[in-house]
Amino acid sequence: MYRYDTYDQAMVDTRVAEFRDQTRRRLEGKLSEDQFKPLRLMNGLYLQLHAYMLRVAVPYGTLSSAQMHALADIADKYDRGYGHFTTRQNIQYNWIKLEDAPDILADLAKVEMHAIQTSGNCIRNISSDHYAGAAADEATDPRPYAELLRQWSSFHPEFSALPRKFKIAVIASETDRAAMRLHDIGIRLVRNPDANGAGELGAAFYVGGGMGRTPMIAPLIRDFVPLEQLITYSEACLRVYNRHGRRDNKYKARIKILVHELGEDEYRRQVEEEFAHLLTLGIEPPFAELERIRTYFADPAFTPGLPESIDRSDPDFALWVDRNCHTHKQPGYVAATISLKPVGGIPGDATAAQMHLMAELARDYSFDECRVTHAQNIVLPHVEQQRLYELWQKLEAAGLGTANLDQVGDIIACPGLDYCSLANARSIPVAQKISERFAASGKGDALGELKLKISGCINACGHHHAGHIGILGVDKKGLENYQLLLGGSEGADTSLGKITGPGFDEDGIVDAVEKAADVYLAQRSEGERFLDTYRRIGMEPFKEALYG
Amino acid sequence: MADTLPLPGEGRSEVDEVQFRFRDDEPADHPAVTVDAFVGQTNAAAVRIEPGDDARALLPHLARIALVEVNFPAFTDGRGMSAARILREAGYTGELRAVGDVLVDQLAFMRRCGFDSFAPAHRLDAEDAAAAFARWPHVYQSAADARVPIWRLRHGSGPNGGADG
Repeated sequence: MYRYDTYDQAMVDTRVAEFRDQTRRRLEGKLSEDQFKPLRLMNGLYLQLHAYMLRVAVPYGTLSSAQMHALADIADKYDRGYGHFTTRQNIQYNWIKLEDAPDILADLAKVEMHAIQTSGNCIRNISSDHYAGAAADEATDPRPYAELLRQWSSFHPEFSALPRKFKIAVIASETDRAAMRLHDIGIRLVRNPDANGAGELGAAFYVGGGMGRTPMIAPLIRDFVPLEQLITYSEACLRVYNRHGRRDNKYKARIKILVHELGEDEYRRQVEEEFAHLLTLGIEPPFAELERIRTYFADPAFTPGLPESIDRSDPDFALWVDRNCHTHKQPGYVAATISLKPVGGIPGDATAAQMHLMAELARDYSFDECRVTHAQNIVLPHVEQQRLYELWQKLEAAGLGTANLDQVGDIIACPGLDYCSLANARSIPVAQKISERFAASGKGDALGELKLKISGCINACGHHHAGHIGILGVDKKGLENYQLLLGGSEGADTSLGKITGPGFDEDGIVDAVEKAADVYLAQRSEGERFLDTYRRIGMEPFKEALYG
Repeated sequence: MADTLPLPGEGRSEVDEVQFRFRDDEPADHPAVTVDAFVGQTNAAAVRIEPGDDARALLPHLARIALVEVNFPAFTDGRGMSAARILREAGYTGELRAVGDVLVDQLAFMRRCGFDSFAPAHRLDAEDAAAAFARWPHVYQSAADARVPIWRLRHGSGPNGGADG
């Protein structure tokens, strides 16, 4: 994985010093809260309902074991012994003191980490495919390109006060595991389409996707940007947005609204014009820089010729293998997912002890590397099949062996009203109740793949639009109310969920999810997932069951 | 002057007081006019850009401009950053002044976008500002200043290094 050189280290060290200085000026009263707010936000520090929350960047979701250990230490030293992995592949700490924040950043800098641009109206941490470098279906490892973009976007002087936040995802597979088209910019590394799939690598740019209160799937703006123009084209996309994105209404300020209002053709034309101009300026890093970064992402020293069979005699283990392991490009290996969704647990939470254990397992079983997924789980990307049983036993013993990846219990949920000052309703208790309900009835196992996503407000941090079943918490005359959505998907077949009808109270939404699941179980054809059945039979049978 | 817009903020003098200037030439002594007024006048040499103005409207007239003021009514509105870079990219070498809600923590970014003078609506702490201007030892990207990006430091400026030598 990527390692800092002296320049990268100097940049994060300088940021620590700068933030220490900004915090001092705030505490001395030289900065008003209004003036301090965008500064602390660009460092991932939010003021939540009960305390400050610090969001730490995990670039493209990749962590070394030393970094995971450091995250655990921070949870113990400065928080309440746990952390929350997020849908942006980051980690959040919910009980931070302002005066501790500079020290936490200093601790992070020691392991080549930071909280730079994890919030605020700037280019955020860049996300990627959690199976990058392991998946059999990728054109290339997308992370070197994400790293190139990370450096370009860090402290970008022109784009530090954008109309609104800006999220970029980079993938390199046909199968989209990063909700790429629901980002402000989604980049897919592809072979030049002009050469019938055999050409050189380049980047397809999808611009103007997003969730929030106006969910949109990003249109393809350019099907092929040569790699040696990646930064220049990105700069053009951003400049058009910085100049012309709406600033009169924060709910219409994301780039999706600009692209929608201009129309994709006009947006494309303006980007091309800016791109042609920027190409004359020589702002693109040399190809040698991309090659330098790529060397850090070379394959680990896989052992060739390892056996490809897994002893499935333990049925619990066999179930975990079927559900939580993903095919690897290297024969004899798998990518294994550690579910952070135990029955009745808080989705994405991990204790310091669990983080320490995952760090050790990453070191011992996965070439010192693990990944945070946007579904709030942890992946060990390179595990030998013959050592998988041993690994699973260790996970089981620590309560980390839940076999529910992409099942109804693998719920994505935002922190909701338990923590977040923006939320209208709680997400966590709803997730816990649904998870417990399906575990107790045993129906969860019958359902197969069913992606359930819960947001506690319209900002959609829990990706409810993209859930096969989505739940949106709203405020209804001072009471928490939950709307049900069906039919969303974030995958290759991206679609947005539709609201079934009137909302439900907290217990009502749990019943409603179960009723929707029952409709599927009754109506499914052979081999159909929940989403497939919904797409075939439509909304009506579900409405009938829910409201009839 | 009817064409000179007042700045928001309390307790400021009627002219923009320049607190920091990184130029040796004499400051322009004409008041800045709006972009619309400027394009219609042939003798104006100072112009003020508001966030919604298109900086490119000035490009045919750069030769006669001595001062461009870019107004930041709110520091959270970053359009002036693009305006500044666009002028520098087009070869403008006159004074480029950030006025309005200019805060300590924007100074380094503004320098990078090509600003070479600063007239904050509220006077900044000189020591904090000096620290802010001097803070970053390196930069990651090419912008409108002369700073060498880290990628060029890593690879030099040979044929495989810098983008254009």
